[in-house]
Amino acid sequence: MNTDSPQPGFKLPALLQGLRPLLALGLMLSVFAFGNPLAMFRAEAPPVESIHFDQIRVVPDGFRVTLTNDGPTAVKIAQVQVDDAYWMFEQTPSGEISRFGQVNLHIPYSWVQAELHNITVITNSGLTFTGTVDAAVLTPTPGVKEFSAYGLLGIYVGVIPVLLGMLWFPAMRRMERKWLGSLLALTIGLLVFLLVDTFLEATEVAEGVSGAFNGLPLVLFAALLTWLLISAIGSSRGENKGPLYLATLIALSIGLHNLGEGLAIGAAFALGEAALGSFLVIGFTMHNITEGIGIVAPFVPRDDKAATPKLLVFGGLVLLAGGPAILGAWIGGFAYSPLLAAIFLGVGLGAIWQVIVEVTNLLRRYAKAENTPLVSWHNLVGFLFGLAIMYLTALLVAI
Amino acid sequence: MSKNTLSRQEFLKLMLAGGAALGAGALIKNAGHALEGDGHDPHSPTMESDHDMHDGNMTVGEVDLSAFNPTEFLEHFDWGAASTLPDGRTLREWDVYAIDKEIEIAPGVFFPAWAYNGQVPGPTFRCNQGDVLRFKFSNGSGHPHTIHFHGIHPPAMDGITPIVKTGETFTYEFEAKPFGLHLYHCHVSPLKRHIHKGLYGTFIIDPPGGRAPAHEMVMVMNAFDTTFDGGNEVYAVNTVAFHYAKHPIQVKVGELIRVYLVNVTEFDLLNSFHLHASMYRLYRTGTRLDQYEYTDMVIMGQGERHVLEFTLEYPGKYMFHAHQSEFAELGWMGFFEATERSD
Repeated sequence: MNTDSPQPGFKLPALLQGLRPLLALGLMLSVFAFGNPLAMFRAEAPPVESIHFDQIRVVPDGFRVTLTNDGPTAVKIAQVQVDDAYWMFEQTPSGEISRFGQVNLHIPYSWVQAELHNITVITNSGLTFTGTVDAAVLTPTPGVKEFSAYGLLGIYVGVIPVLLGMLWFPAMRRMERKWLGSLLALTIGLLVFLLVDTFLEATEVAEGVSGAFNGLPLVLFAALLTWLLISAIGSSRGENKGPLYLATLIALSIGLHNLGEGLAIGAAFALGEAALGSFLVIGFTMHNITEGIGIVAPFVPRDDKAATPKLLVFGGLVLLAGGPAILGAWIGGFAYSPLLAAIFLGVGLGAIWQVIVEVTNLLRRYAKAENTPLVSWHNLVGFLFGLAIMYLTALLVAI
Repeated sequence: MSKNTLSRQEFLKLMLAGGAALGAGALIKNAGHALEGDGHDPHSPTMESDHDMHDGNMTVGEVDLSAFNPTEFLEHFDWGAASTLPDGRTLREWDVYAIDKEIEIAPGVFFPAWAYNGQVPGPTFRCNQGDVLRFKFSNGSGHPHTIHFHGIHPPAMDGITPIVKTGETFTYEFEAKPFGLHLYHCHVSPLKRHIHKGLYGTFIIDPPGGRAPAHEMVMVMNAFDTTFDGGNEVYAVNTVAFHYAKHPIQVKVGELIRVYLVNVTEFDLLNSFHLHASMYRLYRTGTRLDQYEYTDMVIMGQGERHVLEFTLEYPGKYMFHAHQSEFAELGWMGFFEATERSD
């Protein structure tokens, strides 16, 4: 019996077999492109149009608007209104806007400080789309003075509070053993607050993203991928992760959250929606101090073999956790894009979730070693404190 | 023990670092001004040219004037085809049709209109009091329509019934009375839509002996809801937003100007006509020659129409517009340009 008898029929090489569906797809697409099989559906229907306002910059002589055509058909902007009055404008590039095309409008206009202005575009078919400047203030342009201002904002809101929080480390080292678990639980509490806070912030930002880009799913997928990515990194290191790894992870996730915070603050100032007051800065300091506590918490349990980390390590953790606030303030102030903001916040969300998982595991191991339950009264109090401090200090910084 | 000493030293170092950071924080007070937006107002003295910023209330570009030219429409009166009846009265006949037509109401902005004789506003019908009028109406539009005239006539000729369906015809025949300025429009339900989409026009009945010779023009105040949400996006006289601002109406200093002014604006309760730098005699509905008001501002509801007479004393540009500023900003604004007589 010849077991190598050829298969019945003609067998294509694997490469061509892979190409076959693509050829069929190409054939179908060309039928639709050059023919008109759906003519019945398109006959009398008016165009479906959608224009998304990406950004409105307030400049000394008026407005500069960036628009994207996120609808299914090409669009032509016929006229522009500011506050229900037709107004002269320049469009670059001029002419029809193709699908996903982006154009800039320059509208010379005498805007009024801190007052609301509506900018409406009307297309060829008479449809209108409106963007709003809630409070007209000059959009900051990156100059040395502005860069240092927003940079200092990031330091004050991100770096310094974390640093101050870390100063508690020596005191934490001297705590009684029974409170060490609740310290970790406090960290978890604060991280849970940050998780919820970041998620809500992300959903708000996602609304500003053009519908075609699916803002909210983007946030969730970014979170999911980040969580899995960090998990993969962690599992490649093996089961026994030292406190430095955990502290770094916490610092990283807090850093990503602070990036989002910096974005929000920077954008708020740039849009004239926030006023720089001592109250706001003090509020943020107190709100972020607990983050410093959370970062050094993994170093506190004395039975860990590793010696007290060097000052350099602490410094690095401070920069990792607080530094992104500076970056966030710069991006938020000068180059705000809801799409980027949504992605950053999604990444932060995933990172925070991963850290919650890790710290809970640490707490579980610690409780097992101490022969106490995971959800003991001490731990519950710690968790409650973590949530409460974050919630109460958040009241102070409602921008 | 050494471990504690180290941690104390570290503690001190940390304190110093923290203090330095707090000192740096004092710098933020100065830099903070950049964040407060330093109250920059476009009107501050450093602004070089605020010329463009204030002159911008205008549409950009030009409509296709070969399709419909409001300047030509302004002074065109359709007296119909005249003949004499056996009893001596003048018979005037018009062929009127309704079609669906896309019109350009602002540069680049198109509106799906229903139009008498393919134009919005419809033709300006004119006759003398006592004439017999015959309008043969054919409906070439995809929807049923009628013509309802303001004036005195038998109810059978009122344009309420019969409703003229696509492809059908109906002849409206009645005697022209009373003299004055009137209008006509479609009267099929839904009424807002049938009027708003462009089925309206001016109907003038001259008094016996006519009015004094004058530079006469027709102005129909109308507006268009391009988003079909019950609010108008474009306002105008004679359909095209800002047309008479871009092409001022040419008149002579001192000549008598007569404006037949009709309001068919839908959705807004009131419209108005304000003339700059001059005053006009306002003949309400044009039905009395001996009674007038002397004003520069008149409020009109939909369906109201008045005859305005005035002269412009000085050369130059005289703005006219709705005094509802919102309408003026959205297109209902124009200029008379008065030049000295050459003789």
